[in-house]
Parts: sequence; C-alpha cells; structure tokens
Amino acid sequence: MTNNSLGFDPAGRYTARATDVFEDRGMSHTGRARALLLALSLSFGTAAGAGAQERSVENGVSQFALANGMQVVVIPDHRAPIVTHMVWYKVGSADEPPGKSGIAHFFEHLMFKGTKNHKAGEFGAAIAAIGGSENAFTSYDYTAYHQTVEADALETMMTFEADRMRNLILTDEVIGPERDVILEERRSRVETSPDALLDEEKDATLYQNHPYRIPVIGWMHEIEQLNRADAVAFYDRYYAPNNAVLVVAGDVDEATVRRLADKTYGLVPRGPDLPPRVRPQEPEHNTRRTVTLKDARISVPSFGTSWLAPSYTTDSDGEAEALDILSEVLGGGTRSRIHQELVVRQGIASSAGAYYSGSLLDTTSFTVYGAPRGAATLEQIEAAVRAEVAKIVKDGVTADEVEKAKTRFLRSVIFARDSQSSMANIYGATLATGGTIADIDEWPDRIKAVTAEQVRAVAAKYLDYDRSVTGYLLPADQAPN
Amino acid sequence: MQPALRHRIAWTVAATILAIVFLTLPAIMPARAAVKIQEVVSEKGVKAWLVEDYTVPIISLRFAFRGGSTQDPVGKEGLANLITTLFDEGAGDLDSDAFQIRLDDAGAEMRFSASRDSISGAMRMLADERDEALGLLKIAVGQPRFDQNPIDRMRAQIVAGIVAGARDPGRAAAVAWRKAIYGDHAYAREDEGTEATLAAITQEDLRTFHHDVFARDNLFVGVVGAIDAETLKRELDRVFGDLPEKAKLAAVGPVVPKLDQELDVTYDLPQTSLTLAYPGIERDDPLFFGAYLMNHILGGGTFTSRLFNEVREKRGLAYSVDSSLINYDHASALVISTATRSDRAADTLKIIRDEVKRMADGGVTAEELAAAKKYVIGAYAISNLDTSGAISRTLVDLQMGDLGIDYIDRREAIIDAVTLDQVAEAARRLLTAAPAVMVVGPELPGGE
Repeated sequence: MTNNSLGFDPAGRYTARATDVFEDRGMSHTGRARALLLALSLSFGTAAGAGAQERSVENGVSQFALANGMQVVVIPDHRAPIVTHMVWYKVGSADEPPGKSGIAHFFEHLMFKGTKNHKAGEFGAAIAAIGGSENAFTSYDYTAYHQTVEADALETMMTFEADRMRNLILTDEVIGPERDVILEERRSRVETSPDALLDEEKDATLYQNHPYRIPVIGWMHEIEQLNRADAVAFYDRYYAPNNAVLVVAGDVDEATVRRLADKTYGLVPRGPDLPPRVRPQEPEHNTRRTVTLKDARISVPSFGTSWLAPSYTTDSDGEAEALDILSEVLGGGTRSRIHQELVVRQGIASSAGAYYSGSLLDTTSFTVYGAPRGAATLEQIEAAVRAEVAKIVKDGVTADEVEKAKTRFLRSVIFARDSQSSMANIYGATLATGGTIADIDEWPDRIKAVTAEQVRAVAAKYLDYDRSVTGYLLPADQAPN
Repeated sequence: MQPALRHRIAWTVAATILAIVFLTLPAIMPARAAVKIQEVVSEKGVKAWLVEDYTVPIISLRFAFRGGSTQDPVGKEGLANLITTLFDEGAGDLDSDAFQIRLDDAGAEMRFSASRDSISGAMRMLADERDEALGLLKIAVGQPRFDQNPIDRMRAQIVAGIVAGARDPGRAAAVAWRKAIYGDHAYAREDEGTEATLAAITQEDLRTFHHDVFARDNLFVGVVGAIDAETLKRELDRVFGDLPEKAKLAAVGPVVPKLDQELDVTYDLPQTSLTLAYPGIERDDPLFFGAYLMNHILGGGTFTSRLFNEVREKRGLAYSVDSSLINYDHASALVISTATRSDRAADTLKIIRDEVKRMADGGVTAEELAAAKKYVIGAYAISNLDTSGAISRTLVDLQMGDLGIDYIDRREAIIDAVTLDQVAEAARRLLTAAPAVMVVGPELPGGE
C-alpha cells in the first residue's frame, strides 16, 4: 500500500514556486532520496507520555503538554527568522464511520471556511499578506494543518488555528461547492489515472477488514452523499485540544512557544475523552489474490505484489527496522539486488524494486514491483523478482549489504536536518500516531542493531506468495497472466 | 539513477507523491534576512557563489552549463537527456559498477538533468566525506567514460519510457501542444527523443556534446553549507579546472509562440484539461514585474487569486486552476491551466476568458496590488531558499539570469516600485491577444 495522503492545495506545477527566477529545473528522485523519504515517514513505538517532559539532546527538541491535554513539540532551528507551525489531529480516514468514506479529507477542506470570529479567507489573507505559505493534508492516521511564516507571526498563526479548532460555521452554502471541488479532486487524482484506480482496488483486496482498504479521498458514491450533519459530527468528535499535537519548528524557543500556546490553544476547552484508536483488524489471510486492470492508455504492462507487514507501531521487537533494511537491500535503489539483477545485469526491466512504509498506526505492507523493457515479458519480470525474494528467504543477505543499507539510513537522518519542514513532519507524524520523541532519537541505534539474520527472518516470515496480492496493469489488448 | 525515466510505475510513487508535493513547505531565509552570498573565484578562474553555513554538517553543490536539449543535433534528439543518465555510469579508471560503489560508500548523492536551455548537476555530501565525494564529481564531470554497455542500457530504458507513454492522452497532448506552439523551433522537439533518434546517437556524439557544452566559460556554480571560501577555491579548480576553456554552442534563435489557435485532443476521459497560452514577457523587460504581480493576482499560487475564487471557491468547478509566467531563454508565455468536469468544461473556459478580459480591460485594484506585493516579497525566500539544495539552485539561477549578487536585497524595492498603471499596461499587453487553447477530453458540448 502506498502512504496515501491528500493535500488541500490546488498546487499547480508552476505555482508552487515563485516563478520570477526561471522554470523549475527539478531533478527526479534517486533511490537515495527515496531512502530519505522512508526515514522521514517513520513513526514509532508505544503510548505517549502526555504531560511528561521530554528532551531530545541531539536536536534540542522539547515536548510538553498544555493543561487541556494538547501536546506540544518545539524543534529549534535558528538559521533563519522563520517558523513552521503545524497542528496535527489524531484522526484520519481510517477512523471514519462506515459509509462515510472521505469525511476526514472533506472536513480538512472545510477547515478553510469561515468561523464565528473570522470570515472565510481571512486567515489565508493574513498569511498571504506576509508572504507565508499554508496547506493541510489528510492521511489514514492523521490530519495536519500548517503554515510557514516569519517568526514574528507565530502568535497570529496560533490565534487563527486555535479559533478554527472549535468555531467553524458549517452551512450548506459552504458545503455544497466544496463537495464539488472534492469530486473534481478525486477525478484529477484517481479517475483519470489507471495507476491510481488499480492501486485503490489493490488496497481494497490486500486489506480484507481493516479500513486501510478504503482510499483516503473516499469512494465516489460516498463522497457524493457527505453532508453537513456528517461534517458537524466529525468536527465535534475529533477536533479538540486533547486530540491534537502542536509542532513548532524554527527560530523560536520553548518558553516562547509555551507562553503563546497557553494564550491561544490553552483557552480552548478540553473535549470529551476519546476511546483508544482500535480499528477492525485483519483476519488470517490464506490466499494468493490478483487484481487486474486493462486500460487503453497503457502500452507497457507492470505489476506489483504486496504483503501485509507489521508497522513501527504494531511491532515491538525490531521487525520493522529489519523490514526497512530488507526493502533497501532487496529493491531500495540502484545498488539493490532487484535493480542490479533485472535492470543492469539481465537488462529485462525498465524499472523494478521494493518498498516498505513502516509509519502506519496499524498493519502496513511490503511491496515489490516491476515493468519489462524491450522484448522481455511481464511474466519474465515477475519471475525474476520472485527469484530475488526467494534467494533472500533461502540464503539471507550479506553483512556488507546490511552495513551499506544502515549507512544510507543514518546519512538520511543528517540530511533531514537541513529541512525545517521535514523535521516538523517527522515529529508530528510520530506523535500523532502515538510515538514519542525518544523513539525518534533512538531510531538510529535500533537500525544499527539489525542483524543479517533478522533481515532473512522477516523476509521468510512475511513475503509468502501464498498470502499476497498482485496487481496487474495491462494494455487493453493484452491477455491477463 | 535515471533522471530520464519519466515513466515511473504506480507502485513506487503514485500516492506517496501526493503526500510529498503537499508536504514540502519549508524552512527558510526570508528576503529581508541577509543571505550572505560570497563570490569565490579560483586560481584558474572558475567562479562560484557561496553561502557558508555550518548548522548541519553537509555541503550542497549545484552547477549548470548553458545548452540543453536545444543543442541536440537534428536527427539525434534526446542526446542531452541521454547524457545526463551516464555521468554515474563510469568515469576515469572506474567502470559503472566501481563508480557507483565508491559514490555510495562516500555517502554522496549525485544527479544530473537536462532542460531545454541547460544541463544541471548537483551533489549533496556529508562535510567529512568532501574529499572523496568531490574527487568522484571531478571525474564524472571531466572524464565520463560513455562505455557502450551503459549507453545501450540507458537508451533502452528511455525507449521503454517512450513506449510506455505512447497511449497516454496527456503525453500525446503535450507533444501536440509543443508542435502547435513552437512550429519548427528546437523547443518543439521532444526532449527525450524518439526511438529512431535515440538509435542514431553514438558514443562519439556523446563525447562531442560533452566536449562542446562542458566548458568553463559556460559554467555556473552555487555552493551552500559547511565549507569556507579558500577551501572552495581549491575544490573548484580540482573539479572544474581541467574542463575546456570555451564552449562551442550551436546558435538558437528566438521564437514567438504561435497563439490564436485551438487544439482539441479528443479523448473519452472523466475530466477535461484546459490550457490557455498568452504572450509572455522577457525577464529583462521593464514591465516584467508589473506582469509578474498581475499574473499573481490573476492566478498565482495562493488560495486568493481571481481564478481560484471564480472557478473553485465560488463554483466548485475544479480542484486546481492557476496561471504562470513561463520564461525560457528564447521564448516566453503566460499559461493558464485547469482540469474540470467535462460537462462544465465550456462554462469553465468561459469563466477563465471572462476573468482574463476583466484583467486586460480593468487591471487590478490598489488593495489587490498591495496584497500581491506583500506576498511576493515575503514568499521569495519560502519558495527559493528553504533548504541547502534550494539555495544552491537559486544561486545558480541568479547567475544564469545575470541578476547580480545583490538581487535578493534589491528585489523588494523593485517590487515595491511597481505601479497600478504598469500592472494595467502589462495586462493589456499580455492578455489582449487571442490565446492558444488546448482542450483534452471529451468534445466540448456545442463546440467552442
């Protein structure tokens, strides 16, 4: 499964950057950059000690809680007089009531409407007036709102953000057109993309019971029915300080954040206590399933095979770390086994690899994928990838491979510190899924502790083709496998 | 890695990208905070701009050579793109495998890419691995091997991408659009070439391209991070000092995009994409910033633009709608794009054209202009100076645009000085002409 997350931004290709200095000469992600992203998306561990004071020595990060239960993380970065201000709510699409798919994301859009104290657009205008940027995103396990502004504007951001935590005015007049926007968003992201359509139905097959089987944006027919009552119920249940995490990264200190947070968020009354986030879990899987989409827009076939696997949250004995190393060695980049064997040595694949996203609150997935090039067939690619999986299950990985994978992960931790928003996202996602800053601090040591035998063991335990789902994306005229 | 692989499969990125696109809001240095740029010139005369910063023990180095896909010989289109895939595929005494292992061990990331007008490269490294990392960059830039085996492999992968996209309506539309707009200019050609043109490229062609384009008089360098000016001087000579002194670039003439035409790419899709192209404005035109602010108010990148309000906020017709100024070395344009419900596509197009007309006829209000100025002044840093990589990119862009080492300091005053009349004049100049319009999707009801 992909680490699905939806943003509010209409973000055009060109509008994301100020365009007075030429076109975006962006480069594509390398395997290494992907490893970095994996590291960035990690979240960990056990229940948070809300209210407990914690301090991360390495990054100067501190954590505390307000009297109303809101958790706060401060990440100092004094390179520039700028702050990234984020509020994370511990609710995502996997927490939605049955039949209401898409309400978490729909509600995220509605948070940009008017409140009792501010007309729609006032917050945005206040941010724009100082050249700040803002956005929001919804994922399976959390929803976050963020602004990046000059440090002096932090209190203003907190004031507006605290206001919309409880004071939104939700009327049918604002809900109708916004639902249309979201239907267009779904058409843009999913309906027009064979890849995305297949991904959705593959996830719905991989997960037989858990709500991760439902797309974050929601099913079309259910989005069409979402209404004001659904939005109000969702707001009243989940939007409260005791279900939120404030993350401030940038040119600011803990005492200032504490003072400003008390003045703003601290005035919002504590909401009702929420029960633990227990979602329907997966039953035992006993079958090999396939999902096939044929589409006239496809000219080269491709496949992806996924297995359920523990996440950092569900695992407690180092399996998640071992799965991270496994995905890197097996198919994490150009030095990986799959790439070297299929793309370089045999020359049969245009691309092939593996990935694992350990950051989910519940059971996550591990995936291998590939597409042929030249005269090679999809069957050949799939068999060759399968052979690489089998080789690791049988013979394991070398100590050298494990060491190199570890080095890449540890390096990505240093590179991540270059980006204020990356740091804010790492801490926010971790806290919003029940982890602690200690989990983040300890992650490098836990990665260092992984052994070659543990990597082989997780491959043998989880990559069982008799309990897998394979998606095939085929040209309209190709016979299925 | 393969910057040329446009076609990445769903399994790798699709939805993850959604998260990432919207997660990249950044750390920064605001325009008003001093970004202290030093100009460093090595003994051999290699120049770089440097922002020294020891907060994180890393160094980002970026460079560009003028001359991108426009330098591809006719019949060998795709050469610039292909060459960017080969710099980590063997250099000096190291073959492909040996080079990549050394690079990985050094903990450095190295990437190359080609645009129409330039070839760019970047390396990000841990400061304590600088010696080894830059030693590898030196041979990658100066002594690439272009061994036949990697050439064949990379060519095959690019061809695989071309074949994979052959039935994609979005891709077909993009190709048709470029041909319609740029006619027989080099900008109309396909950057990654075709199966036939790629097959025509030889090892010798790659060597010639490298020799002609990778030259010191054609090089722009930006460096950010844990390195001082004296050390950088030595490293500049080590990495770039042995390149030829002068580039040999084929002349590329200017092109005026052909507007006033409609291009329908009829396809049974659940949504219709609309693209409108109007005349653009040169970067050194006195009215550039008037046009820049006008574009921001019309459809620039915030939730406050006129198009955003009319198309999305009031009517829910689209998820995204935006306008942007495009500036290449030899052409410019103002481009509006959106994707909308097919049964309302004609309405959406009309609303966009009405907004364009309103802007051309009436310009903007004083309040709109004041708000836009504040935004574009403050947002520069957030968009361009957020990470070491972004700052090094900006350092290169500023040099290539010949904007001056004090540009970031001067920019605020330049924008503040723009008047309502200048914005109105820019609107008239850019938005009065009949645009090129492309409709991709089901046929518009009743035609257009």
